[in-house]
Amino acid sequence: MQWEIVIGLEVHAQLSTQSKIFSGASIAYGAIPNTQACEVDLALPGVLPVLNKGVVERAIKLGLAVGAKINSPSIFARKNYFYPDLPKGYQISQYELPVVEGGCIKVQMGEVEKTVRLTRAHLEEDAGKSLHKDFHGMTGIDLNRAGTPLLEIVSEPDMRSSAEAVIYAKTLHSLVRWIGICDGNMQEGSFRCDANVSVRPKGSDKLGTRCEVKNLNSFRFLEKAIEFEAKRQIEILEDGGVVRQETRLYDADRNETRTMRSKEEAHDYRYFPDPDLMPLEISEAWINKVKQMLPELPEARRNRYVTAFDLPVYDAIVLTATREMADFFESAVKQLPSQAKLCANWIMGEVSGRLNKEGIEISDCPISPGQFATLLERISDGTISGKTAKDVFDSMWHGEHDGNADVIIENKGLKQISDSGEIEKLIDEILIANPQQVEDYRGGKEKAFNSLVGQVMKATRGKANPAQVNTILKQKLS
Amino acid sequence: MTLSFDDVRRIADLAYIETNEEEAHVVLAQLSDIFNLIEQMQAVDTLGVEPLSHAQDVTQRLRDDIVTESDQRERFQAIAPQVEEGLYLVPKVIE
Repeated sequence: MQWEIVIGLEVHAQLSTQSKIFSGASIAYGAIPNTQACEVDLALPGVLPVLNKGVVERAIKLGLAVGAKINSPSIFARKNYFYPDLPKGYQISQYELPVVEGGCIKVQMGEVEKTVRLTRAHLEEDAGKSLHKDFHGMTGIDLNRAGTPLLEIVSEPDMRSSAEAVIYAKTLHSLVRWIGICDGNMQEGSFRCDANVSVRPKGSDKLGTRCEVKNLNSFRFLEKAIEFEAKRQIEILEDGGVVRQETRLYDADRNETRTMRSKEEAHDYRYFPDPDLMPLEISEAWINKVKQMLPELPEARRNRYVTAFDLPVYDAIVLTATREMADFFESAVKQLPSQAKLCANWIMGEVSGRLNKEGIEISDCPISPGQFATLLERISDGTISGKTAKDVFDSMWHGEHDGNADVIIENKGLKQISDSGEIEKLIDEILIANPQQVEDYRGGKEKAFNSLVGQVMKATRGKANPAQVNTILKQKLS
Repeated sequence: MTLSFDDVRRIADLAYIETNEEEAHVVLAQLSDIFNLIEQMQAVDTLGVEPLSHAQDVTQRLRDDIVTESDQRERFQAIAPQVEEGLYLVPKVIE
């Protein structure tokens, strides 16, 4: 039988505020244990939560970016469960009337665009951390993370393969960074995924029993966990068994998922509206103000790159992977409007390659977009060849001559020889010195031509204009 | 709706509250009384009444996103039953 995999994702995005969702404690990562946990975070008696405006604003931003409905009033609820790192005995979350409802995200699957619908996105507080180390039979608790603002973004079960799920997650990851609501740091847990996976016979429109897979803190694990889980469910069904609804944990070391808790043991969270928090009103005026703050969104930019710069869709997607990269591209193109494709090629090739190699982001690129554009200008006006440009790029990367391409070209004598008289003279000498190749070429051996070009380039240490060399050589040999 | 003895045990389990059989029976009677009251309230026709999410007719006040709390760990941990390496120690309850 042919099976279809059905996937929905729940993403917890940590919001990039200064302070916590309900208290004025800092959320800076990596602080000494419990130095960023105040009375409210510790749940001392008598304290009350006060909602952070910056948190709501970020949720509105996401809502606007995905075309969702912004609920007003929006309500906070208590999600009750017992865990040592949850000092209140409940997590403040949202149940009915989350800030963001509906909306969708368009993802690019190669050349095909697919729409993934969102169910909702709600605000909640993170819990603290239990340390696994044993303290004479006791558990150590660090509450620095307690009260860190999270936006849980829940999708509809609209994905049909692990690859689609990964592309959706990557698109969402890029979007939250693009609109500046989350730093997206997956190692630090700022962007965490849970996947709801089920399978069904191909062609069926009934959903199968799903399992929720937790603990997916990288895109690679997300892909592997979904693949493992789908295979597991298909095997059960093909053996005539029944998939049990349960929560499963992904173990990256063994590449498998295993039961965390079954439906029978599932928490009954006993949600109810939190009496400590009044209904949240979000005015039209506020929404409009946030709208003004939103940058041009990735999708709009992608389309503009295709129409205004005539770039292939693929290039447009790569260049809009992050806002910083798109900004870099646009600053460069501003200086070199006729060479958008050249800019794109270089950013996707040389620049990205170098950034990856050094493990840094484009925002930390030692070459500015302006300096970069100057380098490309020297290629397009024939001052240097593309090959020489790579050497100049390397010098610029190391900050030689303050990254000034012109000074580097001048000082190192890299200027291309475009004086046709000079090239002609040189070619004549080479033709005389290599009668065998000349004969071979005239006898129909194309390879001999390349060898002659090579000789010219060697004699000029790569500085002859290759196009010119080709033309003149062809003339001389015909 | 009637509450069963098993329901009481399950709620106690979820809340990690230890109950013996006698206590559970007492609590069952008390909770059942509450449920009877709820039943009376549920009989009222509320069609067309907008659900109330808070008893007071006010909206949430917001604070600006500024760090206003400084580190007071020593003061907080002075009243904690047990601390070590800056951590609050609690009994191991999760396997």
